[in-house]
Amino acid sequence: MRTIECDVVVVGAGPAGSMTAKWAALGGADVMMIEKRPEIGSPIRCGEGISRSWLDRVGITVDPKWVARKVKGAKIVSPSRKYHVMLDESKAGNEVGFVVDRVFFDKALARDAAVAGARIMLKTAATSLIMEDGKIAGVRAVSHGEPVEIRAGCVVGADGFESQVGRWAGIDTSLKPTDIITCYQYRMTNIDYDPDFTEFLLGSIAPGGYAWIFPKDENTANVGLGVLLTRLKKPGEVKEYLDRWIANDPRLKNGQPLEAVSGAVSVCAPLDSVTMDNLLLVGDAARMINPITGGGIANSCYAGMFAGKVLAKAAKAKDFSQSMLQEYEDDWRAKMENGLWRDWMAKEKLITLPDETLEMLVEAVSKVDLERITVQTLLAAVKETYPELVKEFEDLI
Amino acid sequence: MKVSAERCHHCGACVGSCPQNAIFMNDFILDFGEACNKCGRCIKVCPVGAITREE
Repeated sequence: MRTIECDVVVVGAGPAGSMTAKWAALGGADVMMIEKRPEIGSPIRCGEGISRSWLDRVGITVDPKWVARKVKGAKIVSPSRKYHVMLDESKAGNEVGFVVDRVFFDKALARDAAVAGARIMLKTAATSLIMEDGKIAGVRAVSHGEPVEIRAGCVVGADGFESQVGRWAGIDTSLKPTDIITCYQYRMTNIDYDPDFTEFLLGSIAPGGYAWIFPKDENTANVGLGVLLTRLKKPGEVKEYLDRWIANDPRLKNGQPLEAVSGAVSVCAPLDSVTMDNLLLVGDAARMINPITGGGIANSCYAGMFAGKVLAKAAKAKDFSQSMLQEYEDDWRAKMENGLWRDWMAKEKLITLPDETLEMLVEAVSKVDLERITVQTLLAAVKETYPELVKEFEDLI
Repeated sequence: MKVSAERCHHCGACVGSCPQNAIFMNDFILDFGEACNKCGRCIKVCPVGAITREE
């Protein structure tokens, strides 16, 4: 059997994997990144909306090639569509921003990893961990139909929502039904809409989740929705929710699909540990998705950068023990753990609210002029109009 | 469990949601392993209704 040796094997070439590979290789580690699909970035599993502010902090240079559209802000729409809250750039800090083309974005990140020195294998699916004397020593994979052993000091699980690598290693990444949102989306063209704002529609249009319109160009957008697993009553219902909305929305009803995208996201609380001897998890595989927005790219890129830098040190020291990888655990937690907890608690509350309450929330916020919008300032605004509504959110303010 | 190849988008929603980690998917194969206890979560989570119980 073919055997490959390296310091670090990264399973999955999405943003988390490529960022890990890049930063580890930049620091001198010998990195192999494997991707089960024949093309990086395709097929997409994503609404493709990202904010702008964090990109330069993780060393990503904006390239017009992967920016499908710059937007002026976000619109959060009440269940009746009567009220909406505008989050423009001045109010949301620099948190609103781009709708990207993941097909190009993911390739750009993988290119950065390759330029830094990482090797890439496509059509290579990890099938199990190599264990030696009770220690993780790499992964077994099938590459273009042939079995291969990739021996490494550290295995990085960047395998996304499926999160197989972590579970093989005994890290419990299993999800409760109330922490899973199941989604369907069309890239839809020939629609008549406002292409300068991302739009988030709340309420029973997408129970426990939301529906979205993320602009790709003047008459094309990613139109999709996600529903909480526990709100689904029959198989295939998510697609039905989406098709029903499109048929009933005058802006969308003449739209035609260019691409259909299926998928699920985790909206759970942060995991207790994503590191162990000779293995770590990054990005969606480590359940780092924002539980309110379902967005995962920014956190994936931060985590990938933190992981890569620590892996480079570990490679120099030839020590990939958990205690060596603890620095990564500390870094990602310092950056995002509190936010993930707070947003998860807010989500736990939001999924219980009926349309009438969501309507009141959006109405209350739409009527105040907020300097800066955060979960805290939003709740404070609601408290002024409907104090009884925020009682249960009080500890989040 | 039975997967309809005509409906399946190979998105992996079922794989990541399976409490038993019983579903294996590489590029275009979706397989149910012996650990499957037929709990049916995959049927529910599949956005396009591609999974059914084997009769």
